[in-house]
Amino acid sequence: MTCFSGPAWAVYKREVRAYITSPVAYVFMVVFLVLTAFLTFSVSNFYENNQADLRSFFMWHPWVYLILVPAAAMRLWAEERRTGTIELLLTLPITLNQAILGKFFAAWTFLAAALALTFPIVITTCYLGAPDGGAIVGGYLGSLLLSGAYLAVGMLTSAMTRNQVISFVLSVVIGFFLLIAGWPPVTGMLAHWAPLWLVDGVAAFSFMAHFDSLQRGVLDLRDLAYFASVIVFMLFTAHVVLENRRAA
Amino acid sequence: MLEVRDLHKRFGPIHAVRGVSFKVERGEVLGFLGPNGAGKSTTMRMITGFLPPSAGTALVNGHDIVGDTLAAKREIGYLPENSPVYGEMTVLQFLRFVAEVRGFKGVARDARVEHAITQCHLEQVRLQAIETLSKGYKQRTGLAQAILHDPAVLIMDEPTDGLDPNQKQVVRAMIREMALQKVIVLSTHILEEVDAICARVIVIAHGQIVANGTPAELKARSPSGRLEDVFHTLTLGDEPVRKVG
Repeated sequence: MTCFSGPAWAVYKREVRAYITSPVAYVFMVVFLVLTAFLTFSVSNFYENNQADLRSFFMWHPWVYLILVPAAAMRLWAEERRTGTIELLLTLPITLNQAILGKFFAAWTFLAAALALTFPIVITTCYLGAPDGGAIVGGYLGSLLLSGAYLAVGMLTSAMTRNQVISFVLSVVIGFFLLIAGWPPVTGMLAHWAPLWLVDGVAAFSFMAHFDSLQRGVLDLRDLAYFASVIVFMLFTAHVVLENRRAA
Repeated sequence: MLEVRDLHKRFGPIHAVRGVSFKVERGEVLGFLGPNGAGKSTTMRMITGFLPPSAGTALVNGHDIVGDTLAAKREIGYLPENSPVYGEMTVLQFLRFVAEVRGFKGVARDARVEHAITQCHLEQVRLQAIETLSKGYKQRTGLAQAILHDPAVLIMDEPTDGLDPNQKQVVRAMIREMALQKVIVLSTHILEEVDAICARVIVIAHGQIVANGTPAELKARSPSGRLEDVFHTLTLGDEPVRKVG
């Protein structure tokens, strides 16, 4: 990780500070916590299920992230372009990769902090019964990777425009596609005309299947590799987009 | 110390910079003069490594900005147009950030930052968020960022734009102070500024250099001996031709 040295670390620290000093961060955290709690307890009837597990908690994360992560990511590059600070940043002795990684990990740290603040539900579950520890760890790991994947999408759309609203909308649309790609109505629609390998291929793109198995506590290397490759691919594309916009 | 070699920039069908070449030695303040849209900013953005040139390159203290970008960037201090800064940060946080990206740590970082703050007279506002500062202070924060690492080459895009006459005086005095040890290139469309601080002037129009000389040499080109008249004939003369074509 030679990339993540001096300059990238400086960008990381700056971005983390930018999050925690802005009111957006607190709005984000409060909405995230209230929304997940509401969905878990009131919609999924956590107590009435009489099961000491966190399925009814984690099952909502893909949907909550779908809206909230693009909101947290949209400023990353769009703001730099709008205010012109991108010119300052990219004329400092820093590579584009270092800048991208610094920003990405800063935003991911912020999302991880929001996720960590859901810890009371773990305490609640442990108090009520004897939950499967592996499933909880897997659930949190899956949720973290999922947020990273959404974030990488948001980073890409933020690099594409100077308008944060456009970045948000594009990011939600791409995220939504990745979310529902494996859903039966979508695969069913494809199955009418597409060959099976294509249907399976599209379904394998879905966040859901990979997130589901992690949530059950199954740490499959393929799921980890899936999320890692989505993140790497999106960040790489963001790099290409930023490079091209400079050259144009 | 700064050598610009046949820089070209094309934005799609627009050929914005067409073969700009010049050399600046240490101790020289070079004024980049030209109407808006002449290609001043684009040229500076290529020299500082923000925009990749379509052709040509620049050697910054011997480092090729195209081939050895990072090394060249380390030699440059750059104040972009309108001095973009992270508004939510305080002056101190911002300068520390720039120092860290430039590789200074701990005590060395703090010493650099303090020196830049003193040099740019920012002591009073060091703990203030930049977005709450007046334009003059904001511009000086941008300048502090540019000179923090004591660069060999200082490039400033319209450093006095939008400042009041007093603030302009302060910034010009600072530039003059630094002039001896550095290569300084600044763009402007204020003609009096050229007279006040520049040892040499390059007039650029439609992406090409149309004049290169001392302010006195340039003035001698016009019967009136006024820089304004020279500027008009050099840059306005062919505008109708462009509109027809």
